[in-house]
Amino acid sequence: MSPSILLIILLGLSYLGFRLGKNRALASVGGKIKDLHSLPSFYGFYTSLWSIIPALLVTMIWLSLETSWLANAVIAGLPEAMQSLPESRLYLILNDIRNVVNGMTYSDRIDPLIADAAKRYSQLQSLSHIVLSLVAIGLSIAGISFSLFRINKSHRARNTVETAVTVMMVICSTLAIFTTLGIVFSVLFESVRFFKVIPITEFLFGLEWSPQTAMRSDQVGSSGAFGAVPLLTGTLLVSLIAMMVAVPVGLMSAIYLSEFASPRFRAMAKPTLEILAGIPTVVYGFFAALTVAPFIRDTGASLGLTVSSESALAAGLVMGVMIIPFVSSLSDDVMNAVPQALRDGAYALGATQAETIRQVVFPAALPGIVGSILLAVSRAIGETMIVVMAAGLAANLTFNPLEAVTTVTVQIVTLLVGDQEFDSPKTLAAFALGLVLFVATLLLNVLALHVVRKYREQYE
Amino acid sequence: MNNTPLKHTNEPGKPSTFDVVQKSLAKRRAAEHRFRFYGIAGIVLALAFLLVLFVNIFGKGYTAFVQTQIRLDIYFERAVLDPDGTDTEDALSKADYTLLIKKSLSGLFPEVNSRRDKRNLYALISSGASYKLRALVLNDAGLVGKTSSVWLPVNDDIDILFKGHIDREAKQSDRRVNDRQLDFIDRLVAENRLEKQFSSTFFTDGDSREPELAGIRGALTGSLLTLLGTFLLSFPIGVATAVYLEEFAPVNKWTDFIEINVNNLAAVPSIVFGLLGLAMFINFFGLPRSTPIVGCLVLTLMTLPTIIIAGRASLKSVPPSIREAALGIGASKLQTIFDHVLPLAIPGMLTGAIIGMARALGETAPLLMIGMVAFIVDIPGGFSDPSTVLPVQIYLWADSPERAFVEKTSAAIMVLLVFLIAMNGLAVYLRKLYERRW
Repeated sequence: MSPSILLIILLGLSYLGFRLGKNRALASVGGKIKDLHSLPSFYGFYTSLWSIIPALLVTMIWLSLETSWLANAVIAGLPEAMQSLPESRLYLILNDIRNVVNGMTYSDRIDPLIADAAKRYSQLQSLSHIVLSLVAIGLSIAGISFSLFRINKSHRARNTVETAVTVMMVICSTLAIFTTLGIVFSVLFESVRFFKVIPITEFLFGLEWSPQTAMRSDQVGSSGAFGAVPLLTGTLLVSLIAMMVAVPVGLMSAIYLSEFASPRFRAMAKPTLEILAGIPTVVYGFFAALTVAPFIRDTGASLGLTVSSESALAAGLVMGVMIIPFVSSLSDDVMNAVPQALRDGAYALGATQAETIRQVVFPAALPGIVGSILLAVSRAIGETMIVVMAAGLAANLTFNPLEAVTTVTVQIVTLLVGDQEFDSPKTLAAFALGLVLFVATLLLNVLALHVVRKYREQYE
Repeated sequence: MNNTPLKHTNEPGKPSTFDVVQKSLAKRRAAEHRFRFYGIAGIVLALAFLLVLFVNIFGKGYTAFVQTQIRLDIYFERAVLDPDGTDTEDALSKADYTLLIKKSLSGLFPEVNSRRDKRNLYALISSGASYKLRALVLNDAGLVGKTSSVWLPVNDDIDILFKGHIDREAKQSDRRVNDRQLDFIDRLVAENRLEKQFSSTFFTDGDSREPELAGIRGALTGSLLTLLGTFLLSFPIGVATAVYLEEFAPVNKWTDFIEINVNNLAAVPSIVFGLLGLAMFINFFGLPRSTPIVGCLVLTLMTLPTIIIAGRASLKSVPPSIREAALGIGASKLQTIFDHVLPLAIPGMLTGAIIGMARALGETAPLLMIGMVAFIVDIPGGFSDPSTVLPVQIYLWADSPERAFVEKTSAAIMVLLVFLIAMNGLAVYLRKLYERRW
């Protein structure tokens, strides 16, 4: 029995428990609800909670342990010679076995040993699932019987159910913390392993990035070069170009929308601008690579410039358009929040509308605007698909926007897409880059928040 | 007051303030207009880009829905299909259908004899045409031994030529269709055997190496499965978190910490979530790579902050009098929230969730990390089948060198955008429908 069918059965049992519990409670007072401590449905919920929660817990623990238990059992069944192989080879064999089990092989010739092991694997798996189903359904029925036994007219079902619901909500709300911890630990853990091989100073200050050479050990520079500086400058260059598009366009749009535009125009233009942020980045990437980059290359060629077909300029321009709404929407909101009295004061002194905006509204809204720009920068640094598709892979240490550069995110993708062994410095380097990216965006966000909070003018 | 200008006569030789102001007026007016113009220019620039993007994608993509087909009179020869005369389905499914096509083509062009010309001729037809014939025969075994006129897909290069993307005047070495093939094609056109027809292949088939056989159904199914899982996981968890933080949580350091975490996670680059998924779900928990189940776990973590933040805003907009009234007639705290506050707040929460789902639908980078980027032909049937999603399919096709994939990519983008617009439209509609002023 597969786990999903088991889940459906458990849900059915829990519904049954709900009806039974409710009826039992009603029967205990002969249908007079006012004699019950809680509303009848609470008794129903009480029963269904008892029927499903222990069973689900056991199922989850069982399934998470099952994989490693099955692996050990199957490996123990392999011939001695195979068992003594190094762990990484054993892992590959195990993978083969799993692929056979899942019917994911396309070759006709399967090693009989593997086929045999796969057969054993699926037998053990189905045995494990049968036992699990029996245990879980048994637990569920036991839970129903236990709670039905406890239900009587003075049983405080509501209190129990409400406590359980509150506990569940607390658990859900801590998920955000666990996610952050998960990110920090998974990235940090692999990075530390990486820094054991490559010193952190070399990573942060090295000027050469060519992880591909790490594959061969007989070559010069066999450990590969893991200097992240070209990636960092590449990221900065692309982000800088993007900001040079997004900040002027976004700010001017925001100023026009908040100060000049009629409410009707604003109600129409603002959501339309926000479409730009809603378009998937892979679409921008396709557009940048197929339309913008050739256009820039041809224009450059007609001006006598040599533009690489994957230029930082193309990626940066398109990325800049993508983040226009991040600048414009937030800045617009901030400028709208500047009190009218400030504007009226400036008008009374004879300032024109443009002068009022430049000298009164803009400075008053500056902290919010700076915050929005910082958030846009963090978005630009973390943006992946546009640069993957349009910026190229060559780690050039250059500030020439017409050349191909590579960014941190591009390298993470190139290093991790496809099958690699998980322990090579090449793979681990991706996590170190991820750490850099995470820390950089985190700092930018914290800084943005700080700027907004600290320098915000308080009117009222 | 009279209108005579004020004069400061006490400083001779220096212009009066009035004169200074008067003189600068023209300049200031020009500056005002300039400033206003910059504002309009900014908006127009952004909107123009949006328009160019849409027109560009649409212009490239709309041709993908039609496909050039060739009409061939196929003689379903028994000697080819069922040489042993067994008449079993097994024999029919293993038969050499390409031979039938070749024979039919040779019948049309009897003068073609040299090996090279034959190769040129056979290359006109898509390699998937034989599968189509096989499906026909397996569907209706009565065809064996008869001649039937069948529309078959042509090769992608011919398709592209037919759609006008290959310059016939270019040097032969510069184009993928040679002169000999052009002759064949011209004759076929003259015989009304080539025609552009609406092709459902794009919607009903999985990915393929051959552009004329590639479709988005596999990616679309993968996307729907992933999105369904993401919604089922993230909406309840997001609502529970929002309710807890907004209605129950005491004001203390711990709650503050949760809030900071939620806000920070909303700004973490999506690719970092991909790293988390790879390190935790795949390498630590041993979940299968490339499957919707890992995809929806990663996307759940990614969309949760959006849903929580929207949910809290929605809860905040429910006036306290509702809670007080419920508490006043003896409802418990939980009954108040679940029976009175939540029903009023749920449309707003749903709106936030739909917007979060729209973002998840367009997300590519984290799914690349967890291996949903493999070349997968089969349509996924469940959460643990290897699959890909629509944006990743777009990425894969955009990377393919064949010219014919450009229109496929654009068409896939059009489908993706239609879904996104529909979802955002639904969110706006829901918001309008349940909008309430207290």
